[in-house]
Amino acid sequence: MPIIKDQKLVENEYVEVASEGTVPAAGSIIVGLQNFMKHKDLFLNREGNIGVRLDSSDDVSELTSDLGKLALIVLTFPKFADGRAYTQARKLRRSGFKGELRATGEVLRDQLFYMTRVGFNAFELQEGRDPENALEAFKDFSVTYQSSADDNRAIYNR
Amino acid sequence: MYQYTSTDKKIVTERADQFQGQVTRRVSGSVKELEFKPLRLQNGLYMQLHAYMLRVNVPYGLLNSKQLRMNAHIARTYDKGYAHFTTRQNIQYNWPELDDVPKILKDLASVEMHAIQSSGNCIRNTTSDPFAGVARDEIEDPRPYGELIRQWSTFHPEFAYLPRKFKIAVTGTPDFDRAAVRVHDIGVRLVKNDKGELGCEIMAGGGLGRTPVVGKVLRDWLPREDMLTYLDAILRVYNTIGRRDNKYKARIKITINETGVDKFRAMVDEEFELMRDEGTKLTQAELDRVSKQFVAPTYKKLASSDSALTKFKLSKERDFGHWVTNNVIAHKVDGYSAAVISLKTKDTPPGDVSDTQLDKIADIADKYSFGEAVVTHAQNLVLPNVETEQLPALYAELKEWDLAEGNYNLVTDTICCPGLDFCALANARSIPVALEISERFADLDYQEDIGELNLKISGCINACGHHHVGHIGILGIDRRGKEAYQLMLGGSPSDDASLAQIIGPALAPDKIVDALETVLKTYLGLRTAPEERFLDCYRRVGATPFKEAVYADN
Ligand code: SF4
Repeated sequence: MPIIKDQKLVENEYVEVASEGTVPAAGSIIVGLQNFMKHKDLFLNREGNIGVRLDSSDDVSELTSDLGKLALIVLTFPKFADGRAYTQARKLRRSGFKGELRATGEVLRDQLFYMTRVGFNAFELQEGRDPENALEAFKDFSVTYQSSADDNRAIYNR
Repeated sequence: MYQYTSTDKKIVTERADQFQGQVTRRVSGSVKELEFKPLRLQNGLYMQLHAYMLRVNVPYGLLNSKQLRMNAHIARTYDKGYAHFTTRQNIQYNWPELDDVPKILKDLASVEMHAIQSSGNCIRNTTSDPFAGVARDEIEDPRPYGELIRQWSTFHPEFAYLPRKFKIAVTGTPDFDRAAVRVHDIGVRLVKNDKGELGCEIMAGGGLGRTPVVGKVLRDWLPREDMLTYLDAILRVYNTIGRRDNKYKARIKITINETGVDKFRAMVDEEFELMRDEGTKLTQAELDRVSKQFVAPTYKKLASSDSALTKFKLSKERDFGHWVTNNVIAHKVDGYSAAVISLKTKDTPPGDVSDTQLDKIADIADKYSFGEAVVTHAQNLVLPNVETEQLPALYAELKEWDLAEGNYNLVTDTICCPGLDFCALANARSIPVALEISERFADLDYQEDIGELNLKISGCINACGHHHVGHIGILGIDRRGKEAYQLMLGGSPSDDASLAQIIGPALAPDKIVDALETVLKTYLGLRTAPEERFLDCYRRVGATPFKEAVYADN
């Protein structure tokens, strides 16, 4: 299934590498946080992009010193009503992460607007969801009040 | 009162459009109920026992006459002809059809009202002191701060899916808390520091419900410019570490208790320092812009009316005298008073008003109070700016519409949740108990003799009727499949916050009001002077004499 990236449908170029699984010599891969921390040197020195997947209970500050080297960070919504990843995203952007920030898990149309505001720019919709319809969601609101990752100034500071 | 800017308008209108789309997708089946639920909740739409219930926000309780009329229209067109004022200064409709809800939201948007985040696990409507702006003991009007919090929390992208609902209250009277800030997830008190500078005291982790807790101070003084950044910091910590495994342990009061207040405070401070000078910091211009919208109306220059009030209280017309004694509150401007319209009239569930009454209240607000009324968390309305000389005329008009009950802060001014008549979670009915109480204690002389008394009833331990902080609380429970009521004594939501204690086994529906009367008779016998309120007397003598009297026959 294609993913939504920067408000367009694109193919997912990454392959998932299980912990202790074989690592392809080249190409873009996603690894779990623990795996990444354990074999950091190996992952950072190979050809191809590296993405790290976090659970919603993980502490994003573990990645602070590596943010510049990561092309992708994947955050997880175990349930759409579990909002921890919103704060994780906000913190990662605040710490200067410039790469792709992707939402996975129970990612639904009606949360895309908020997710974009806190810093997500890529979305793996849940299986069976119509991505064309989801693209509409970015237009739900034309104005906002708060500071967030999309604009660090609250409305009164703009 | 605050006037929407074009941005504020756009936000509520776009929200109504968005929800129209969501309802259409729900009706067509492309969105399932499970996903629709949090969407409708964030638009104030609950599923109740018999139908949907729509909860409309009244930020810090303030309504103008145009908004009152629109709510009369909604009650008439989409409900069964009445609206219900809640214990959180909001309005509820108990019978809207799903299809009609987007239309209702559009009607509300046209008068600058909305139902955004009035339920769901997000930041709810901000509440405040119903006498804000007119109270003699206020050091600063809290409503601009309530409005700033409303805007900051509306569609806050990071905090729409918190572990649990989140309620904030603000007061500008540090010495007499009428906003119950200590029993909110966050309480903000406007205070002055040693240098006389105005700032905010921030409390967190208070709350009622199953585990009632009095909030703890996180900061005793914070510059006003930092208020929203600090709230952001609290919410960010809570969103990260608040429990999501058990909905009964998910409120911030549990987070703070389990983490320890010092550690929690340190985490908040760390987050706050990171963001302190970033884009959420309030500017003087923004504080001024919002404050300016709450300027006092143009009062007439009048002489002090304190002696006129005394004369009215002693009026030969006893009902009027009672009403002035109990329902009229001293105003900070000479010649003016604040008048409470009691929504605790006999035969009507507490907080209910009909569409015609709402229209009438709008007319009365225009005629007597600069077009404004305020909802109180005791489910009454306040006309904040009435010329004292006009009180007899006002009273006469209210009386004509059954709105002149002189029972403010007396035993029949009962706070009561919807209970088993409407609520899917209830264990017992609460409205019939309130109605029986209003009948039993109908005599105002008797009520005045008993004096100030806050009686609060909830239909289950979720405590929407705030029974823990009633001087007397009544809690409906399920006892082996039958309704029963626990009687609790000694609570207070104010500065002397305390939690009421259960005095004995639960009582049957036909015994609970008798037990209440026994407690009150016992109090009348025990008090040292009429000035000693029930609460003071209870604190002095303890539970034993009341317990013995209530359970004497068992
Ligand atoms: S206290 Fe219980 S019965 Fe009353 S409204 Fe709340 S949930 Fe329903």
